[in-house]
Amino acid sequence: MELLSGGEILIRALSDAKVKHLWGYPGGAALHIYDAIFRQDNLSHILMRHEQAAVHAADAYSRATGEVGAALVTSGPGATNAITGIATAYMDSIPLVVISAQVPQEKIGEDAFQEIDMIGVSRPTVKHSYMVKRPEDIAETIAKAFYIASTGRPGPVVVDVPKDVTDPNNKVAYKFPEKVKLRSYQPTTRGHSGQIKRAVNLLMSAKRPVIYSGGGVVLGNASEQLRALARRLNYPVTNTLMGLGAFPGTDRQFVGMLGMHGTFEANTAMHHADVILAVGARFDDRVTNATDRFCPSAKIIHIDVDPSSIAKTVRADIPIVGPCDVVLGDMLDQIQQADLQTDESAIGEWWQQIDEWRARHGIYTESRYEPSTADNIKPQDVIKTLHKVTKGEAYVASDVGQHQMFAAQYYLFDKPRQWLNSGGLGTMGFGLPAAMGAQMAHPDATVVCVTGEGSIQMCIQELAACTQHQLPVKIIILNNQALGMVKQWQDMQYGSRYSHVLYEDSLPDFVKLAEAYGHVGMKVTQYDELESRMEECFAMKDRVVIMDISVDHHEHVYPMHVAPGSMRDMWLSKTERT
Amino acid sequence: MKRLISVLLENEPGSLSRVVGLFSQRGYNIDSLSVAPTEDTTLSRLTLTTVGDDHTIEQITKQLNKLIDVVKVIDLSEGVHIERELMLLKVKASGAARAEIKRCVDIFRGQIVDVGPTTYVVQIMGESAKLDAFIEALGDAVILEVVRTGVCGLMRGEKSLKI
Repeated sequence: MELLSGGEILIRALSDAKVKHLWGYPGGAALHIYDAIFRQDNLSHILMRHEQAAVHAADAYSRATGEVGAALVTSGPGATNAITGIATAYMDSIPLVVISAQVPQEKIGEDAFQEIDMIGVSRPTVKHSYMVKRPEDIAETIAKAFYIASTGRPGPVVVDVPKDVTDPNNKVAYKFPEKVKLRSYQPTTRGHSGQIKRAVNLLMSAKRPVIYSGGGVVLGNASEQLRALARRLNYPVTNTLMGLGAFPGTDRQFVGMLGMHGTFEANTAMHHADVILAVGARFDDRVTNATDRFCPSAKIIHIDVDPSSIAKTVRADIPIVGPCDVVLGDMLDQIQQADLQTDESAIGEWWQQIDEWRARHGIYTESRYEPSTADNIKPQDVIKTLHKVTKGEAYVASDVGQHQMFAAQYYLFDKPRQWLNSGGLGTMGFGLPAAMGAQMAHPDATVVCVTGEGSIQMCIQELAACTQHQLPVKIIILNNQALGMVKQWQDMQYGSRYSHVLYEDSLPDFVKLAEAYGHVGMKVTQYDELESRMEECFAMKDRVVIMDISVDHHEHVYPMHVAPGSMRDMWLSKTERT
Repeated sequence: MKRLISVLLENEPGSLSRVVGLFSQRGYNIDSLSVAPTEDTTLSRLTLTTVGDDHTIEQITKQLNKLIDVVKVIDLSEGVHIERELMLLKVKASGAARAEIKRCVDIFRGQIVDVGPTTYVVQIMGESAKLDAFIEALGDAVILEVVRTGVCGLMRGEKSLKI
């Protein structure tokens, strides 16, 4: 049997776990591991400029492909820098394995140089974590980490590796386990058939149904089953922020995103629904508004692979624990085999009502926002133009704030895994490294980072890593000269007292900044040149381009839930509310 | 409402901190906690008492089950069960109080396990409520020190928490 050092075993095990790209940053405790990386060519290591970005990129690589992302950081500050990235992945249930180097075991607990208790620090942000104590245990631990990360409700797993375990002078036998079994961890693989039957009966009897689908449908690769079921039923579908793309954004049955910044038609339909089929969604506070006023007449069917997501904030009438693809598939089979019919006349009336809502205040109606003028570009128009120029086919990564909501509302995602954003943790700085992860996964695809002049500065150092690794992402900055979402809340709730959201005198020249990194910079201030400059930007296939687009400083994101209130209580503009 | 939750846990380093961390992270209470390896030394049995409405307890058991190191969870208070807690007390015992305390210990079926010139160490075992009652019966004036093990419990009858 082949004898390898711990460092070599770690890297070999990662490639045996099908890792192609390892995002990371070296350091003292990780030196043996980095030496092992140097002496192999099974997997490529991508040197980032900050550990947070390394984890975000690995995370987005996973979001864009469905594979498990992998990152490697050193001990101490490397590990703590990774935490924001790990927490981001945890909140959005992204399968990820993060290897953190650790000081040698004999130094643990002595406050050694660059020592941090990574297992302790990361504990609330991981699905699970391991510290490896012997080189003989590395391969099995890595196999377990990938199994746990990718099954059930996915999530990040940390593997902490003390330096002595990777000692090049201590060689042991290597074998990657073919199968992993854990007696304490057996994720559900099927839904309860009785519950599914009850759910189907309720669903078929609905008069005002809504299908409310979330990130679990994307993560669980259940988009196809969702589409088939929705079409068979002809029921309206709304997606959460994390679920966008699971049902085509341009489809007639799609009523838009729901929640705090959801569409009038989606939120109003939810409020009046008599049956809600919630699938892979978790009734998050950014969706429900006040839970005691949530959808008063609805019976709720809730499908989720994680039992703790069910009835956490809103009671389910028919809970079904199981993978979304399998459960939706079973429901569709039952409907087709028994040739069950919906209440067509009621559904017809329901659609009439929804179409009336759509026509009145729909997100895509002309009057939804003041149109752009020659020198006042509306952020919504930037996203609409982006959709047009990229033919709706781009991978869109976003940061966090107003630009994120505009992108979610106006870039109509037709495919799952096309939209990459930090929905749960809301991590500014996610966008650029996320775009890099997606670009690495899909080298020939168009990848855009939609960001703000605030968010982009939180991981801007990665412009250098884009150069080094030839990741020609396009960065669209909706520049409103302020931390727009915070400013919007200050407008609405704090008498427009703009506490620390303005910085116009100190903003960098983004064009020069792009050029400093060897990239292309463009500044757009006139509406009539927006589309042509954007065409120009996307024509430069192999360059990183930053488009600094001046947008209306005073625009707000609408609709916006009036809190606390029900789903239908919304501001539709600065002056109108429902 | 008070609940008694019993958990079978992988006897791995850090697994206890995951359970305890879960409670503080999600704002649940732990009133008492006892944990030790079982007859199978790869497993620990953890018993905790907590207070919460049905919805909170449902979430607690679901969240506990979600921890990778947790093998099984049972809410003992859902069925008939036995619960026991052990308490040691050091009490002032001099003059006439010595006989009085001895009588009280007998009533509660406790034992005096250490005798000093002016103190006793008393051992009492039973349900938590009985231990509380003993403390009340003695009164703060004589109690010098109290230590309790936390509750442990088992289901009555043939059902058992095993893998």
